[in-house]
Amino acid sequence: MSKLVYLIPLFPLLGFLINGLGRKSLSKSLIGIIGSGAILASFVVSVLVFFDVKANGASVITLFNFISIKSLVIPFAFQVDQLSALFLLIITGVGFLIHLYSTAYMHEEEPQHFGRYFAYLNLFVFSMLLLVLGANYVIMFIGWEGVGLCSYLLIGFWFKNNDYNYAAKKAFVMNRIGDLGFLLAVFWLIFKLGTATYSDVFAHVGNLTAFDISAITLLLFVGAMGKSAQIPLYTWLPDAMAGPTPVSALIHAATMVTAGIYMIARSNILYTMAPSTQTVVAVVGLATAIFAATIAIKQNDIKKVLAYSTVSQLGYMFLGLGVGAYTGAVFHVMTHAFFKALLFLGAGSVIHAMHHEQDIRKMGGLKKFMPITHITFLLACLAIAGIPPFSGFFSKDEILMAALAKNPIYYYLGLGGALMTAFYMFRLYTLTFLGGFRGTHEQEHHLHESPSAMTIPLIVLAILSVVGGWVGIPELFAKDSHSLEHFLAPIFAGSAAIAEQHHVEASQEWIYLIGSTVLIVAVIFWAISSYKKYQPTTEENTGIAKVLENKWYVDELYDTVIVNPLNALGGFFKNFVEKNVIDAGVNGVGKLVGYGSRQMRLLQSGQVGNYLLIMVLAIVVFVLVWFNDITIMSYLNRIFKMA
Amino acid sequence: MSTTEILFFFLSAMAIFSAIMVLISKNPIYSVLWLVVTFFAISGHYILLNAQFLAIVNIIVYAGAIMVLFLFVIMLMNLNQQHEPQKGLWMKLAGVISGGCFMMVLVSLVRQAVDLKSKEALTFGGDIGLIKNLGRVLFSDYVVPFEITSVLFLSAMVGAIVLGKKD
Amino acid sequence: MPIQYYIYLCLALFSIGIIGALTRRNVIVVFMCIELMFNAVNLLLVAFSKMHLGMAAISDKASTVGTDGQLFVFFIMVVAAAEVSVGLAIIVMLFRNTHSVDINFLNRLKN
Repeated sequence: MSKLVYLIPLFPLLGFLINGLGRKSLSKSLIGIIGSGAILASFVVSVLVFFDVKANGASVITLFNFISIKSLVIPFAFQVDQLSALFLLIITGVGFLIHLYSTAYMHEEEPQHFGRYFAYLNLFVFSMLLLVLGANYVIMFIGWEGVGLCSYLLIGFWFKNNDYNYAAKKAFVMNRIGDLGFLLAVFWLIFKLGTATYSDVFAHVGNLTAFDISAITLLLFVGAMGKSAQIPLYTWLPDAMAGPTPVSALIHAATMVTAGIYMIARSNILYTMAPSTQTVVAVVGLATAIFAATIAIKQNDIKKVLAYSTVSQLGYMFLGLGVGAYTGAVFHVMTHAFFKALLFLGAGSVIHAMHHEQDIRKMGGLKKFMPITHITFLLACLAIAGIPPFSGFFSKDEILMAALAKNPIYYYLGLGGALMTAFYMFRLYTLTFLGGFRGTHEQEHHLHESPSAMTIPLIVLAILSVVGGWVGIPELFAKDSHSLEHFLAPIFAGSAAIAEQHHVEASQEWIYLIGSTVLIVAVIFWAISSYKKYQPTTEENTGIAKVLENKWYVDELYDTVIVNPLNALGGFFKNFVEKNVIDAGVNGVGKLVGYGSRQMRLLQSGQVGNYLLIMVLAIVVFVLVWFNDITIMSYLNRIFKMA
Repeated sequence: MSTTEILFFFLSAMAIFSAIMVLISKNPIYSVLWLVVTFFAISGHYILLNAQFLAIVNIIVYAGAIMVLFLFVIMLMNLNQQHEPQKGLWMKLAGVISGGCFMMVLVSLVRQAVDLKSKEALTFGGDIGLIKNLGRVLFSDYVVPFEITSVLFLSAMVGAIVLGKKD
Repeated sequence: MPIQYYIYLCLALFSIGIIGALTRRNVIVVFMCIELMFNAVNLLLVAFSKMHLGMAAISDKASTVGTDGQLFVFFIMVVAAAEVSVGLAIIVMLFRNTHSVDINFLNRLKN
């Protein structure tokens, strides 16, 4: 069965080719069927592979040699194990639902752009599958770059709007910065170990010095920072909301941004052997989690709130990785994929109904117009806030408990972030669905529930958001109930063997669980009550609120510290060096040749006599040079002396 | 001084003198006639070298046909009456100096050529220049180039007619 | 005769031809100077042919070395004859068009 694994990325690739090449001739419904069908086929194969892996364990399938130079051999191979099988399910499953949703959401586009959209989306899924399936860092890097490209293309999907193009460029450039780190890490690995294949690297990790491991893991983490939007490379993700909403759901919430998590989870042995890097990962993750949460509290764009929420949740995942809770991080990736995709799709549904109005201050009271969207959105909010027994509770709890075991400060800060999460999510929920409608009458007149192609994915994802966490119920509630941990145990066995084990006492854990849940519920009620009677005001925010609304002025800071000096340098090169040095040099050469030619042209008098004269002289010179002999010279000397 | 040498120097002096006269004659008719004298001197050299065939051909073709052609052209166009415009003194000087340089360089080249030391050209002896021998080689080894020259003549004839035709 | 004598003679004739071509303006005279150069070269070829024959005849009385050289002279004469007929035709045409045989009018190539 594992032999068929190559089919999984093949279907989206075929979908991409068909939709991309036939976008001008195929009808919209056919494009939708091909695009979604390709992902559905991949999903079916993924399910088969998943059960095969569950029954028979991991395997590596080598298709052909990608690079073969002397001792360096990099095969084009697929790693089929528990971790990749889980990610395959998430990518193809959530991906299929979002494709289905897109057929309705993007229906107003022209057929040509509709086809382009699905082609990009399929290409993205293909790249992401390649990233997850690759059996070495090079194949992973192909997928890594592929998803970056697709992200760029999809953020700038509506390329007629220049702001969107700038957002796409920003995402691309920020990702490149991270990719450089990733690439350096891979080169370092190949330089030191002569291989980039996971199994070889992890088997020979003992040959590396502590410095090598720290450097490699830090560089890999730089790559993860870019792709998974961590401080300081996170600013592209909120701007990436310029793309169509399903794209935000698929790429910028559920799958691509978790690539960094996947990569670190895949390299868990390296990270476990580099405690200093782990600390960096944990601190950066925690800082991102809190930082993004504070910004989300004051945002008014429905998608921006969700974007910062994504950044914040990714921070939690990195916190989990940093404290060694690899299972918890992967678990959170999974549950986050469900509820964040649901939130984005719900937001998309709202935006669709509101005719592309994204400002939550102009919404409100949508509960009675859009019952399905409302219910599913509420479930997702509960899940992300961490209310038991929704999925977010289990995954976030696992990460926080691991943090508590490692260092209580991580736990308290993480809990603070979780409370903020609950606050901004329910602020968003209240402003959108509760209270009275604050938009125009025309908008109110057009409010409607979305078509079934959009609501069915919402319902499926809502169910998953509720039950998704039940694969990872802590040992606290029932023995051997954490089936995900058992499933993933072979992947993290190497780390578990060397890592120090911290455990929280069961009685203490109960206290923390109940206490945090009570706090979260309290925050939720506070958020609902304070925003239920919200009326838009024209007053400017002041103080800290203004700082938060302006995202801590980080974009402005980057502009001042990095962008503007670079612009100034570029301007200097453009206006001075280019004009006075390069242009002057090039033009000077041209002028010199022109001047020389004008002078040389005078020789061409057109007079036959002149030509003859020059010819004779040339023969004389030629003979002299050819037989430049002492005899000739001395003979000539004698003649001139005589004369 | 042997007869051969006397003949050689006489013919050489005649050739060079008449060649110079070709240059300095103002009237083109005189130039043509002095050139004919030069050709006769060169034919004398051929005979001296026992190249009888070439000596005859030189007189018939060059001194006869070609020079007569020149005379025809000059006379038909009535050029002998025309006053030839002279080149500027500086241009003449430049021509003489560069021609002199040319000769000087080549002479110096010959003087320092070791290969040519003590080599003699066979005079009077050797019969390769006889019509019999040359004809045999021409019509055996060189028959194809010989035939091709007929094509060359044909084309030259056509070209001359086309160019000379009044249109 | 020493071969150098022939070479010097031919060089002198050739150089006189060159000087004539450089200093005269009458196209026909220039053309005649070119013929003079031809003849200088022909004479040199025959001299060399006889030089080689003389060297070969020391060992082999019946040697025919040098025949080629004399045949080349023959072919040069042939080509010269063809060239003269075409060249004179051009001169005639030139005279008809410009009513002059001045070489300085032959500057049409410039434009």
